[in-house]
Amino acid sequence: MLEKLLFQSLIGLSLSMYLWLLAAGLTIVFGVLGVLNFAHGSLFMLGAYATFTLYGKLGLNFWISILLSLISVGMIGAVLERFFFRRIYEIDLPYQLILTFGFILIFDDLVKMIWGGVAMIPPMPSFLEGNLAILNRPYPIYNIFIIIAGVVVAIVLWLLLEKTWWGRMIRASASDREMASAIGINIPGLFTTVFIFAAMLAALGGALGTPVRVVAPGIGTAMIIQAFVITVIGGLGNLKGAFVGALIVGILTSFGILLFPVFELFIIFVVMAIVLLIKPEGLFGK
Amino acid sequence: MKLKTILLIALLLLLILLPSFGGKYLLYMAIHILILSVFALGFNLLLGYTGLLSFGQAGFFAVGAYTSAKILLVIPSLLLGTVVGTLAGGISALILGYLCIRHTRIYFSMLTLSFGMMIYSLAWKWREVTGGDDGLVGIPRAPLEIPGIFSINMNPMENYYYFVLVVSVIAIFFIYRMVNSPFGLTLKGIRDSENRVAFAGVSIRTYRLLSFVIAGLYAGLAGSFLPPLENTVTPPIAHWTHSAEPVMVTLLGGIHTFSGPIIGSILFYIIKDLIVRFTQYWLIIFGSIVILLVLVFRGGVVVFFSENILPRFIKK
Repeated sequence: MLEKLLFQSLIGLSLSMYLWLLAAGLTIVFGVLGVLNFAHGSLFMLGAYATFTLYGKLGLNFWISILLSLISVGMIGAVLERFFFRRIYEIDLPYQLILTFGFILIFDDLVKMIWGGVAMIPPMPSFLEGNLAILNRPYPIYNIFIIIAGVVVAIVLWLLLEKTWWGRMIRASASDREMASAIGINIPGLFTTVFIFAAMLAALGGALGTPVRVVAPGIGTAMIIQAFVITVIGGLGNLKGAFVGALIVGILTSFGILLFPVFELFIIFVVMAIVLLIKPEGLFGK
Repeated sequence: MKLKTILLIALLLLLILLPSFGGKYLLYMAIHILILSVFALGFNLLLGYTGLLSFGQAGFFAVGAYTSAKILLVIPSLLLGTVVGTLAGGISALILGYLCIRHTRIYFSMLTLSFGMMIYSLAWKWREVTGGDDGLVGIPRAPLEIPGIFSINMNPMENYYYFVLVVSVIAIFFIYRMVNSPFGLTLKGIRDSENRVAFAGVSIRTYRLLSFVIAGLYAGLAGSFLPPLENTVTPPIAHWTHSAEPVMVTLLGGIHTFSGPIIGSILFYIIKDLIVRFTQYWLIIFGSIVILLVLVFRGGVVVFFSENILPRFIKK
């Protein structure tokens, strides 16, 4: 019994790390730029489609496909920030949200136009196929790969934000935008880089997910809502919180599927509502 | 006569005469416009008048739709389905609203989003009650009747159109009276300066809750119009992307004008209908319009029209 629980937690852990990749970018954009970006899920979707095309259709090397996907989605992110998001930092919440929602509509239909409306199953790279025996049960190598990727991203993010000049500028402008500007930080330029970075994180999530998930036009809107749950649980704009939030949601979902297969989606929204009601600033909020 | 009154009378005449020259498709569109108008007007009582952005209205819409569908499947009475569907929307809004109004701004939006998605996941997964992802099918367009007094067959599209039109106009009139009453003024006061209204001895929470419940009633009413029209209800009507619809049309028409949500709903379907003639990917264009709206004319179409276009004609 204990083994079964442990094994199920391991399954949940890989789901957690997958969700973490998605939630990290959303959290950074909210924490620094102050915008809750509904379209973050669409960038995730674009990353998945780009990798699917480069790797699954054109047969490029897996890693090169991912790299090219990150670069192209990063460039889309640059355009989004430079021409659109930059103009909405100071306006009311409803308008901010609906602008980002407008991009969901555009990207969803654009994807349908280019790739068609049907769900597609991309191929799995051969080195990720197969299982490893853990606790006498077969555990997919791919899941281990995702867990490693998630942990690597977490460490890289921590190093970037805590140890580099860029990270210091980000933290400074996240806590006081005017003061940061006064001491000579180029805020608009910095925000563009932050947004590009977040877009690439979203694309990475989408790209790494392609070997096991279907690629379909609706995945953006389905995933973004999971990312919202995570960021709310951890505290809006709080990276450490997002990591823990992703762990909670991933593991809860994997047990939910096992124990209450009908209500697993319901449960994570209950958790989200409870956190909002009791501690709206999130588990790790100030 | 004021221009506003003339426009209003013209619009009403057009709506009343619509079945005499419009085909089935036009009536079907008009019903959808009325549904979205009622839905968005309730939503805007929260956003425009109370200052609360709900991202879970689709949940109450779905409660209304599923309730009315369930009733119509058992007791074929249009009146019963509509009334109980509306009440179900209101009651669920009362229960969830009691929790939601503890917060404002983004936390309120996130709370309503989470409750809306709970309703969605029930609609999607609770197969025994909601039919799961197949939804409920074979819902009759039951006759409008009070046993022993009268009975009107609703099968012809124009009869059902008139039913939706009459009920919608009454609902719109009610909410119009409401926002121009002391109740509406108090809501606006809360929106603009919470503390001052609280100092005047008004219970902020009670007013916010009332506003939430009314929005829920309107969402429920709009939802209960749907099953007899389509003969089916499916989970996507509860999804958060459907909650974005009243947000979009309200912002499109104008958040601080009473007619904003109605004008926005009309424009939404007209734009859709026009673009779909050229391409099935109409959301690319509509999304661009939404983005343009936020970046260029944030007051909404009604304000843009009355401030920029109308004065040019009046000066002459």
